[in-house]
Amino acid sequence: MDTIITILPYLLEGLKTTLYIFIVAVILGFAIGLVIALFRLSPIKILNWIAKAFVNIIRGTPFIVQLFFIYFGLNSLQIFSMDNTTAGIVTVAINAGAYFAEIIRAGILSVDKGQTEAARSLGMTSTQNMVSIILPQAFRRMLPTITNQSIISLKDTSLLSVIGIADLTQRGQIQASATFEAFSVWITVGVLYFIIIYLLTLLANFLERRFELR
Amino acid sequence: MSIISVKNLKKSFGPNEVLKDINAEIQEREVVCVIGPSGSGKSTFLRCLNRLEDITGGQVIINGQDITSPKININKVRQQVGMVFQQFNLFPHKTVLENVMIAPIKVHSLSKESVKENALALLGKVGLREKAQQYPGELSGGQKQRVAIARALAMNPKIMLFDEPTSALDPEMVGDVLEVMKQLAKEGMTMVVVTHEMGFAREVGDRVLFMDGGYIVEENEPIQLFSNPQHERTKAFLSKVL
Repeated sequence: MDTIITILPYLLEGLKTTLYIFIVAVILGFAIGLVIALFRLSPIKILNWIAKAFVNIIRGTPFIVQLFFIYFGLNSLQIFSMDNTTAGIVTVAINAGAYFAEIIRAGILSVDKGQTEAARSLGMTSTQNMVSIILPQAFRRMLPTITNQSIISLKDTSLLSVIGIADLTQRGQIQASATFEAFSVWITVGVLYFIIIYLLTLLANFLERRFELR
Repeated sequence: MSIISVKNLKKSFGPNEVLKDINAEIQEREVVCVIGPSGSGKSTFLRCLNRLEDITGGQVIINGQDITSPKININKVRQQVGMVFQQFNLFPHKTVLENVMIAPIKVHSLSKESVKENALALLGKVGLREKAQQYPGELSGGQKQRVAIARALAMNPKIMLFDEPTSALDPEMVGDVLEVMKQLAKEGMTMVVVTHEMGFAREVGDRVLFMDGGYIVEENEPIQLFSNPQHERTKAFLSKVL
């Protein structure tokens, strides 16, 4: 118990880093997902193809390989240099983006096409229809799957410790080897992840109720 | 000059030619009912009038604008042509009032406050002013369809298209919707109504088009068409529905 109390402030610093990376990456990932989903549904063939290729490549490769490619691979070209936090955020965002894209696409397609017909028949443009009519309805249906993917992405951030980001997991490793109290360290780290994910689930449940389709 | 002019309209879905050669002139303030067996192309014909369906061939001229021309801004034309659907297609995430206000707000970039009064007046007109704050899911079918009519009227259209507006309604709801449509006809709205309500066609229609197999087989004033059909196919259809 004493160990836990002494290492807790140190671990909480790591939790801050984890949350920071998670929040930025998920927002970025959602934006990527939205753009890719719209590409995928676009009548323009080339955009369609780009979106399909993107989703397939990300889905078809392991997260850790994507991380190494972005951090070590791209940096080795020496065209630009990316610090490990940026590389971590970019990887989580791109990875989540591919999965979000499929979720958003399915959500958009699940909205009855009569909605689009009604909006267009009133003189609304396809953009106005998408923004005001289709996406608000699609998002409500997507919320449970979006939550799910966000939780997966949060857990993926623990892999960023391998490129030296001092996130919760990395700090756990450091403490575990410094104190030889692996049991209490890892149980604390686990509980901290669990609490965050549990709060995330509560937030999602609240949003689902708040935006329930009447 | 007619407000709707259709010349040699053709529409195919892949190899399936649904509209073969449609010609029609509809005058301002006229109420035209389109009847015919299912699969005759009457809904497709209606949906070509605001280009909800891409037009395969021929010309459709709405209020002087050829909507088959690639140069036309179809959104501008659609603002003048209201449409009411069989399945209502109200926006379920918006209140009744928001459903009626959204098009003027988005399309004409108007403020909520400036369109609210008119929207409430339209809801009053269809007898649903007290439902303004409710959501479509809380309304009956007949009420939904009346909201849909108010929503279309909010754009102040010159023409109203009705695609089987009462076909999805319970029988006891049909009357309220037809009443609103009658009122609209009385006020001089140009209306094209695809319908199975022969009573409505007879009472309110200035003219009835009978469609079958992708053609307008016969057209006439309702009394003439119903009491004295000329074509065999018209006779056969009417004998089943009257």
